Order: sequence, then C-alpha cells, then structure tokens
Amino acid sequence: MTANRDDVDDFLPLPPATFHILLALVEGERHGYAIIQDVEARTDGELRLSAGTLYRSVARMVEQGLIAEVVKRATRQDDERRRYYRITPLGTSVARAEMRRLTQLVRLARASGLSPETT
Amino acid sequence: MTRFYRALLRLYPGSFRREYEGELSAAFVQRVHGRSAAYTFLAALGDVVPNAVAMHVEILGRDLRFAARAVMRAPGFAITTILVVALGVGANTAAFSLADFVFLRPLPFHEPDRLVKLWQRTPDYGQMELSPGNYRDWKAASRSFSGFAVYSFQAANLVGGSEPRRLDVVKATPDLHQVLGVPALIGRPLAPADSEGVPVVVLSYALWQTQFGGDPGVIGRAVRLDGTPHTIVGVMPATFNFPQSGTDAWTPLVFREENYEDRTDTYITGIARLRDGVSTVQARNEMIGIAAQLAKAYPAELEDVSAWVLGLRDEVSSSARMLVLALCGAALCILLLACANLASLFLVRATSRVRELAVRTALGAGREQIIRQLVTESVTLSVFGGVVGIAVAWATVPLLARLVPQSLPLAASPTIDARVLAFAFALMIVTGLVFGVGPAIGAGKSNGLELLRAGTRTTGGRTRRVRAALVVIEISASVVLLILSGLLIRSVWNIQARDPGFHTQHLLTLRTALPPAKYDSVARREQYYERVLARVRALPGVERAAFITGLPMVMRGGIWGAGLNGVEPPRTGSHSVSLRFVTTGYFSAMDIPLRRGRDVENSDTQKSLFIAVVSESFAKRHWPDEDPIGKRFSVAFSERTVAGVVADVRVRGLEQESEPQVYIPYRQVEDGSLVGYLPKDLVVRSELPASALLPSLRAIVKEADPEQPVSHVRTIAQILEGETASRLTQLRLLMTLAIVGLLIAGVGIHGLLSFTVSRRIPELGVRRALGAQVGGIVRHVLGEGLRLAVAGVVVGVGLAYVAARGMGALLSEVKPEDPATIGVSAALCFATAILGCVRPAIRAARVDPIQALRSD
Repeated sequence: MTANRDDVDDFLPLPPATFHILLALVEGERHGYAIIQDVEARTDGELRLSAGTLYRSVARMVEQGLIAEVVKRATRQDDERRRYYRITPLGTSVARAEMRRLTQLVRLARASGLSPETT
Repeated sequence: MTRFYRALLRLYPGSFRREYEGELSAAFVQRVHGRSAAYTFLAALGDVVPNAVAMHVEILGRDLRFAARAVMRAPGFAITTILVVALGVGANTAAFSLADFVFLRPLPFHEPDRLVKLWQRTPDYGQMELSPGNYRDWKAASRSFSGFAVYSFQAANLVGGSEPRRLDVVKATPDLHQVLGVPALIGRPLAPADSEGVPVVVLSYALWQTQFGGDPGVIGRAVRLDGTPHTIVGVMPATFNFPQSGTDAWTPLVFREENYEDRTDTYITGIARLRDGVSTVQARNEMIGIAAQLAKAYPAELEDVSAWVLGLRDEVSSSARMLVLALCGAALCILLLACANLASLFLVRATSRVRELAVRTALGAGREQIIRQLVTESVTLSVFGGVVGIAVAWATVPLLARLVPQSLPLAASPTIDARVLAFAFALMIVTGLVFGVGPAIGAGKSNGLELLRAGTRTTGGRTRRVRAALVVIEISASVVLLILSGLLIRSVWNIQARDPGFHTQHLLTLRTALPPAKYDSVARREQYYERVLARVRALPGVERAAFITGLPMVMRGGIWGAGLNGVEPPRTGSHSVSLRFVTTGYFSAMDIPLRRGRDVENSDTQKSLFIAVVSESFAKRHWPDEDPIGKRFSVAFSERTVAGVVADVRVRGLEQESEPQVYIPYRQVEDGSLVGYLPKDLVVRSELPASALLPSLRAIVKEADPEQPVSHVRTIAQILEGETASRLTQLRLLMTLAIVGLLIAGVGIHGLLSFTVSRRIPELGVRRALGAQVGGIVRHVLGEGLRLAVAGVVVGVGLAYVAARGMGALLSEVKPEDPATIGVSAALCFATAILGCVRPAIRAARVDPIQALRSD
C-alpha cells in the first residue's frame, strides 16, 4: 500500500502529539503507556502526554489509518490486557512528509539569518 | 482514586469510552503511581475534562457537516420542517406572550397581589363607582385594609409646556401612590399633605417627555390645568400606568363637606391594599356587611346598594379574557398540528432512511453514533425553525396590543417574554427529538442485516397507523380552528349589521373641552359655542355641525335616574337614562330621526320652560300609550317638559344594551351645576375629507379661544370601527391560524398517501396486472384519504362544539352548533383532503405493472 502524495499532504501539519506518537512507533510496536514514556524520554520530560490526550490521538490515528492495533498480544503476564500499536505505511509516509516540512522550515529560517541560540 | 477516574471517564463519548476504558485507566494509574492524592485528583480532572470536551466538539462538528449534507439532499423536507417549527414556535410565543402579559406578569406595583379595587354593587350593576359619602364611611368602618384611596377621571386642559394640550388627568386622594407603593422617578409622588395649599400635579413619564422634553428641571414649575395654577412636584416612571394606560397626570382629589351629602352621586373608584393575612374574600365579606349597615341608615338612597371587592388583576371583562384565551387555544391547536406534522415528517424520513441506516450499521457505525447523528439533524432543524419562529413572534406581538384589556394598569403593548420563548423552543426540540429519534432507536434495535434485506416494507405497517392517527389529529385541529373562526366571523357580521341609530358617513368629530372654571356661566359658554358653530357652519362644504356632552360609544356613562311626579329616583334599573347636553342641530348633524315634536332651539334658555328631547324608548317606558309631547319628568335636579322624541342610539356601543336617552339644551342649566356635562364634542357633517376640513376647524377654535386645545380628532366611522377592532384583530389571527392549520393538514394527508402509495406500488402493480381498472385504484386511494378526513371532521366538530360553548360570551346571535359554519368548515376540510389525495392517486393510477413488479 503506497500512499498518494496528495493524501499524505492532507495530514500536514501534524499536531505535535500525533508526530511524537508516530516517532515512538517507528522503532517498533508499543502499548499506550510505553508510548507516553517514550515521548517523555525523547523530549527530556518536556512533553508528558496524559492518558486522555494519548488515546484521543490514538483513536483518531487508528481511524485515519496512520497506526493500527496489533492483533497479536504480548505474552508477558502483566501485559495481558494491553493493546499494542504499530505504524502503518501511510503513517510512515506522513511522518516523513512532516519531517520534510519541518526541515524545509528550519532551512528557510537559517537562510534568513536566524539562529536558534540567543546572543 | 481509580474509581474517581473511572467515573470521570463517563464524560467521554460512549463508543470511545467502551473501546479504551481499560487502557486509559491502566495508563493513568501508571502515570500517577506514587503521587499524592491531591495530585492524582487534579491530574484526573486535567486529563479527562479538556479531552472529553474536545472530542464532543469534534464529533458535533462532524455530525453538523453530515446533517448539512443530509439536509441538502432533501431540501423539501428541511424547508417544510423549518416552516412547521417556525409556525408552532411563532404562534405560541405570540399568543402566550400576550396571555402572560395580561394574566400572569406581576403588575408594576409594590406587592401587587394585595391590591384590590372597591366598587358599589346593585342588582343592575355589578361594578359601580362609589359616592364620596360611602367612601368616607367604608374607610372609617373597614379593618381589612392598610390603605384605601379613591380616584376619578377628569380631562383637563394643560397650559404651560410646549402648547395647549388636552390631558387625561386622574384626581386621586393624595394617599394613592402610597397605597400602590410606587416611588416617583424624579421629585415625589402625591403625599397626604397635598390636600391643602397650592394644588400640585404629578406627571406621567410620557407627558414629561412629550410636553416638557424630559427636562429634569420641571420640578417646581407652575402650569395651569383648566385655568387653575398647579405646581409640578414629580414625574412617575414609564411603567406606572395607573389606573390605565394613557393617564397623563395625577392631581389630589379633595372632598369638601358638601361632597359627602349626595350618596347617589357615584363617580369615584376605590383602590386599597389588603392588610397582612387578609384575603380578598374576607375583605369583600367585611365590605358587604358595612354596606348593609349603611343601607339601613340611608334606606332611601342606598337600598339595594352593596359592595364588591376585586383583585386588581381580575379587573378584566369576561369577553376580553375570552379574546385572549381563545387566541391561546388556537395557538395550542397550531402547536398540536405542528407537532403532529413534525412527527409525521420525521417518521417518514426515518422510514425512508432505514436502508441508509442499515447500510451504515453494516459498515460498522454504532447505534450510538447513528442516534447521535439523528439527534444533531433534528435539533439543527428545530433550532433553525425556532429562530424563524421567534422572528414571526417578534413581528406579531405588537399587533396584539389591541387585545390588551384597557381596564388594566398596563402599558398598551405586550413584549415577548423570554420564558415563553424558551418554553416554545424547548417544546419544538422535544418534538423533533421524540419523533426524529424514536423511530431510529426502534430501527437500531433490530438487526441491521435483516433491515437491509427487507428494504422499506417491514416497518411500514406500524408507521402507517401512527401517521394515519396523526393526520386525523391534524384534520380535527384544523376543523376546530375553522369552526371557531367561522363562529366569530358570524358574530362580527351580526354586530356590524346592528344599526347604531345614527348615520356614520361623512362625520368628523373633535373635542374642545372647556375648562369649567374659565367658562363658569352659560353666557360665557354661549359665546364660545355660537361663535364656533356659526363659523363652522359657514365653511364651504360643511352641511351641519353641533356640540354634545359626549358622543355615543365614546361616552358610555352619564347615567341618571329619571322619574315622574317630581320624584327623582336613584340611577338604577328601570329609572336610568343617559343624559347629554346638546346645542341646536345635533340630531340633524348625526342623522338621528326626529319622530315627534321639535329639536332643541336657541330660544331654550335659562329663563324659558326647561325642556328635553327624549328617545323613543324613554317615551315608551313612561307613556306607553300616550303622546309624550308636553309630559313632565324630573332628571338631574330639575323638572323638564318633553318637547321632542328622537330615535334611539346605541350609546353603550354595538354589543351592549343602552339606557334610554335624554337630551337637554345646553343653556338650560344653573351656572356652576353639572359642569361635567358641558358639551365638548363637536360633530361636523361634510363630504370634504378630514384633512381638508381640519385646518379651518383648528383655526376657528383658536380664534374663539387661543388657549383651547383641540383633541380626539377622528371620524364617526373610525369610532364605529373601534367597536369591533379587538374582535377583528382576534378574528384575523384566528383565520390566519385556521388557514395555516388547514394547509398543514393538507400537507399531512398528501404526505401520508404518497407514502402509502409508494409502499404499495408492487401490490398495485399486481392488481393492475390482474386486470384492476385505473378507476378502481384511484377510488381506493381517494377512499383512504376521505376516511381519514371523515374521522378528523367528526372528532373536530365535537371538540369545536365544546370549545364554542366555553366561549359563549364572545358569540353574538350565533349558536355553537350553527349548521352553516360547521358545514362550510367540514366542506373545506374535505376539499383539502381531496386536494391532498390528487397527486398520490395519479401516481397510483400511473403504476406500470411490469416495472412495479421488477423494482423490488
């Protein structure tokens, strides 16, 4: 399933939470709380998703086809109840597109002589 | 704490909650692990509330977009629904705003529920003014009231302010404002000390605005009322309209000892405040007892005179009350019709969408999502309709001002009340919900696949019966409306057909009320009247002109007792006459036929024989078989000889019986006596339009007396129109409602039969294939429509009969079972029903057997 460029662009710009969730799932399948932890670690504690925000995003992303629930459940006892999610090809395309968009943006900012450090 | 979080989760949309409940809780528990209870509590709130709100908003937005698309696909349905809702909301908001204004909203006084009016009561008159003597004794003896004031009406000419003006003044004992408990807007209201010293006047807000430009410095300024200097001490707020709207000013009413003497001179009305814990009935009983004692003390004057106490709000005549109630009833009928039609519309829509809903269910849409979608749709339509309805009500309510009884201390124009609006709105939304969503819930319960397989046919039977019942309700409601408006139309026709007793065309009237203090003798008045009349009669195009105390249907009182043999009996029962002073030429100006004898003449002076011209009914009452000319009788402190007999006129208006009339030459009165009866209304017979005549008339008055205001300019035809104005207003409203109701019923019948026919196309196809004639099929469809119409008409006629008997007070010379009205109404309903049948019948007749059998 290869995503059409136009379909992908319809998702941009991505809400930050969505982008972070996609990034968390690029490395592999994860359950909900693992996503929260991953995002928190990746952002040095700056972005702490609440359970509600996470699952609201998850529900929408499943509907949009960016991620999918993994039917196979984890084998460990305490994870029995948990649902795992994986990124879909569309999700990957969208994450890439967002990345391109952001890179482009940063490049434009640099070209205008702006630097991230305050002097 | 987890339990608290789980409870909070109920804020989320159900489908989301069910799907992710376990995950949400698990993630939340891990996140707050080891934190304090307070942190957990706040975190739970901060987590769930914003997210839940955001989700609901998202879904609502999606549903609204979906609803908009669905509405666009069926614009006819949307427009019909919006119109029906608008009609229901509009009609009811308007009618109930009026009812609320007249019956329910608190009057603008302090504790208005404890205010009562006091009247004398005789076997002939349920409510009659008091005499000062009775007021004094009633007030001294009663224990029921914490305050008891009286007032009387008086018109006065105001000089001072922008230009001379005629005012409707209320003279009240100075404790009036205290009894009502309303403070002045600026300055002060009347106070007990005002009974002495320089006369004072309190202005109404409207007079202050128009005559004094709203100048706050008006307090302390001197003005002249009928020539007497008065000091302005206060201005009342705009909401203060006591005793009725249009009152311009209040001045102190002061009684002198001699005012207490004549107990039959009744001209003041009592207003009192009940003491704590005293009910109106208790006060009434006390006053009846006091009146009975007075009747014993003054048997000659007060025989049969009792007392009556009435809550201020109850001061509404039964016919005025009925006008408003009938309107509310009609509005309820429309609401019923609107609800029935909405129900019908939503039902058929839900039925036609069963397949769509089944497809969506099969594609994975939850029942909750579908119901939510339908709720959004029907509420959206209802809200649109409601907004249009409010606009309708906004436009209509001011038109209802004529239905506000004038006897109430209210401003004339009712306003839309937010509570009524909210009620009508809520009703419409509930209707939309019940009928828009109910069927969907039923549909949602059944198995989606089954529905998909069955198409539209399975749910047809029950829906059809419900819709048939709704059509019957619609027809009967419109029959009720038609019959009631028909009866009222006939009543108005009957009233309009009554002969007022005078010719009504080409008569212009205006009022120049002379201040009695300035015009204190017959000689001075004679100068004015003769000068004005001579010049008016000389105007080109003017045929005749005259002055009278008060025009018929405008001045309804002026009642005296008249008797034979030098006895002047009380003004009640078979003695009463309506008394008027006239100049020469009054009867010919009004075209009141002179039956015998002569008109009033210029030679009838204070020095000549005191004469009177009487009406036929008066002559017949006293001298049934004799020639009345030359007969003598006593009225208003003098003995008179009958000089002429004229035809009767309807002094009390077209709807009431009038007393016999006695006309007296204006010169034949003692100076200073009967000053309330000075001729003030000028009638001018001319074929010229009022606009052409008026400037010359004003100039003539101004030349005769520059300080004399001209007021009440109108034609006699306008006065007569005023007689039926409130009825006509109500009638137009009822008719509009009836026609609208009929249309709704027609649409309902059409919708039902179209639905039936489309559902039965395969069956009709089979019939045709088996050789049924087109005529038979058309008859079949028409028959169904007519059966519903018959059922509706039968129910409607029964209901209308009950309603018409309830409003008997409004019916004039027409019976509730009037066959013509019922016949016409029923015929109209049948005609509508047949019209509604036509298209479905044609469609049924055109069914092609082959296609019909193939289609399903």
